[in-house]
Amino acid sequence: MTALTDLTLTAARDGLARRAFSAAELTEAHLAAIEALNPRINAFITVTAERARAQAAAADAALARGEGGPLAGLPIAIKDLFCTEGVRTTAGSRILGPFVPPYESTVTAQLRRDGAVFLGKANLDEFAMGSSNMTSAYGPVANPWRRRQDADAVLVPGGSSGGSAAAVAGRLALGATGTDTGGSIRQPASFCGVAGIKPTYGRCSRWGIVAFASSLDQAGPFARTVQDCALLLRSMAGFDPKDSTSAELAVPDFVAACGRGVRGLRIGVPREYRSDGMAGEIERLWQQGLDWLREAGAEIVDVSLPHTKYGLATYYIVAPAEASSNLARYDGVRFGLREDGADLTELYERTRGAGFGAEVRRRVLIGTYVLSAGYYDAYYLRAQKVRALILRDFTEAFREVDALLTPTTPTAAFAQGEKMDDPITMYLNDVFTVPANMAGVPGLSVPAGLDAQGLPLGLQVIGRPFDEETVFAVGSVLERAAGFDALPAVRAGVPG
Amino acid sequence: MSYSLQGASGPWEVVIGLEVHAQVISRAKLFSGAATAFGAAPNTQVSFVDAAFPGMLPVINRECVAQAVRTGLGLNAHINLVSRFDRKNYFYADLPAGYQISQYQHPIVGAGTIEIELPDGSTKDIGVTRLHLEQDAGKSLHDQHPTKSYIDLNRAGVALMEIVSEPDLRSPEEAGAYLRKLRTILRYLGTCDGNMEEGSMRADVNVSVRKHDEAFRTRCEVKNVNSIRFVMQAIEAEARRQIDVWEGGGTVEQETRLFDAARGLTRSMRSKEDAHDYRYFPDPDLLPLVLDEDWVASLRAGLPELPDAKRARFMQAYGLPAYDSGVLVAEQATADYYETVARGRDPKLAANWVMGDLFAALNRTGRGIEDSPVSAAVLGQLLDRMADATINGRIAKEVFEAMVESGRDADAIIAERGLRQVTDTGAIDAAVAQVLAANADKVADYKGGKDKLFGFFVGQVMKAMAGKGNPALVNEALRRHLA
Repeated sequence: MTALTDLTLTAARDGLARRAFSAAELTEAHLAAIEALNPRINAFITVTAERARAQAAAADAALARGEGGPLAGLPIAIKDLFCTEGVRTTAGSRILGPFVPPYESTVTAQLRRDGAVFLGKANLDEFAMGSSNMTSAYGPVANPWRRRQDADAVLVPGGSSGGSAAAVAGRLALGATGTDTGGSIRQPASFCGVAGIKPTYGRCSRWGIVAFASSLDQAGPFARTVQDCALLLRSMAGFDPKDSTSAELAVPDFVAACGRGVRGLRIGVPREYRSDGMAGEIERLWQQGLDWLREAGAEIVDVSLPHTKYGLATYYIVAPAEASSNLARYDGVRFGLREDGADLTELYERTRGAGFGAEVRRRVLIGTYVLSAGYYDAYYLRAQKVRALILRDFTEAFREVDALLTPTTPTAAFAQGEKMDDPITMYLNDVFTVPANMAGVPGLSVPAGLDAQGLPLGLQVIGRPFDEETVFAVGSVLERAAGFDALPAVRAGVPG
Repeated sequence: MSYSLQGASGPWEVVIGLEVHAQVISRAKLFSGAATAFGAAPNTQVSFVDAAFPGMLPVINRECVAQAVRTGLGLNAHINLVSRFDRKNYFYADLPAGYQISQYQHPIVGAGTIEIELPDGSTKDIGVTRLHLEQDAGKSLHDQHPTKSYIDLNRAGVALMEIVSEPDLRSPEEAGAYLRKLRTILRYLGTCDGNMEEGSMRADVNVSVRKHDEAFRTRCEVKNVNSIRFVMQAIEAEARRQIDVWEGGGTVEQETRLFDAARGLTRSMRSKEDAHDYRYFPDPDLLPLVLDEDWVASLRAGLPELPDAKRARFMQAYGLPAYDSGVLVAEQATADYYETVARGRDPKLAANWVMGDLFAALNRTGRGIEDSPVSAAVLGQLLDRMADATINGRIAKEVFEAMVESGRDADAIIAERGLRQVTDTGAIDAAVAQVLAANADKVADYKGGKDKLFGFFVGQVMKAMAGKGNPALVNEALRRHLA
């Protein structure tokens, strides 16, 4: 029998329904895995074992009554950017170290409503700013995967939702929530060999999620299969009157969409993504993905997204601008860290100086600069104009095609310490993922192959706004064709 | 003659623009469901949105938007069907998010006008540049503890309308008239209570001076002046300061100043160099505010009669002079009171009584028209007793004073005090005969041609009748007896 920690979310759900095992057993198996491996992986900042046990017991009781929501008894990890009532929520920052929210985010409240069991709060880059999980004030996360050669090198899980991706890859959780502002779900999913989707902006409520860049932030799930992502997203998504930017649309049956197939679909290949410097194995995987889709009945079409090359530059103006304003509330006055000073200005300086790490400070400074009088037009306003052009590129492409296929990242996971000297090198990791955030369209990363070092690589499916169904359909076909069954070196049940 | 200030170099014209912050009447705040009542215990009307807790998001309050639109319509202003909220970024302890949500580039209301009435009876149109919605900040209390400041967030997030005038005002009096008129309109609309003492209406005053026919010179902004009288004083003080600077060979620097009411001076608060860079940008948490044309039309249809229209109607329907009409419509409650008194009665007499005896009584007793000791119905009854000749005008004054003191109605007082006027011609004839007999010499003078003595006889007869004689009958009887 498969170990409980190796089950997919869907299989675990079916097992619970058959009473093959209890939610309590399922949760205990994961808590044991966390206890064994979290010291090595550091995927969790906070483990809520007792709460998890209580939720599992409640799920067992509900299941015994023949009730229980669609996620009843399924243990998952929550990115520590989602406010959870009564459970410390740090956003990976010292400045929120002592913060225990008196409210529950809409997304996590819906997961709870549907019966999910929360194992704890997953590690992340500080305020979701990073692509390596190295900026967390609670220590870096180790990617469960290891290179074939140089197996001692500890690799990053990607970021910012590095803890979530690592927890799912390392079998510490059946699924996890993440947020994606420029690739923070898809890039770590790709690095850790799991599936992850950033839905359309507005699909999930942002209420109760610590804001990084409000016009880009979007919650989404991680899981080990595309269908599991669909199952989680079904619970996470939906209109929320408390978020003015959430879309007043019914939530489709994403799980059903996974089985639609791609026959007759037109899949676009954005030619601008084919950069000269693209690694050969990435290029080959991409081509492989296109072949799989063609074999499954899709038509492959070349499309152009001419403004895509400005995506990253634009992102690094818009996101820091919004962040500089969003993070102004961390001032030591009402909650979180306070470092007293002789006057108000000193209180601010000491609190924020002690509370924010280097990357957050860098982005606050960039954001403050691009919004300043005299620079606003040249940076922020121009970036917004380019953003409109990027959106128009996608809108026009989606007149021709039903979805786009691209690599998720330009490389596989790198080692802790690599790419750390120059922030730009790190930022380049998001080159394929950022445009979807700029345009607000959904993007899914599916594990599709391994690089020469045996590290996972993902392919990205990008869809029309609010057409996650097609994205899931395409992703499922890729997943089946790829038959990705490689396992990370560090995972539950494997002696360390 | 237009207003000017005399300097050593001759007369100076004063140019004034006003930015009024008017607190919107609404049960809940602009972007949160927290209550807005004035005077609640500190930090009891604060939601997690108002306190800017992590992950909290603003949601626009529809009623606040409706109030802004009503106000725009009341100012004959253009309603922008698409407007936008921006963040104005600055750090302060009573600004929880580190930014104020305001409307910088695309306000909900565009250009409008306010007609002000000047003491000489003329009117002047003052341009309104724009009206936008924004959040109020909290309150810092620096006097509660020797080394700490206390923060009260009850006010944080309450909706304000910032109403900006064109620099069309040319004297403290015009500025005062503008503020009074704006307050009247806001109160009629029920969109702001206009209470400057409680801070629900505050004014920033932009002042510059110039020589006749010049282009505008540099202006200074005097912040947060909290009464109409202080606004007028601040304008003159600031204009005089600027005249001294110019005439002393200096240059007025654009800056923000504060009015020191105790000393009647303005003081520099911060110069242009120290001015905040507010780093405005569109609030990504809020979508553009898009209004439905039909919704605006329904708000327009629901507007009350506004002061200018009411004034015109009073002049036309009641035949009142412009001045009287203006006084009566200044407060909606006064206008309502007047109309109750005037209904079915002599409108001019009603106006005289409301503006004369009633206003005097309110002044004397320190009460407002809403809690007048004499209700409109009761005052109307008094007028009826004059009309049906139960009492005469002089007795009416006496009855009115008794009404003010006792709160009882006219009929009760007339009956109790036996003030019903005498119309019995026998009694009048007797009184007339008695007065003429006692004043035989004056009767002789009268008959010798001193016509003016007729008034003396009337007075004597009324006195003999304790003021209760019907004046017309007394006159008639006297004429008869003296013929």
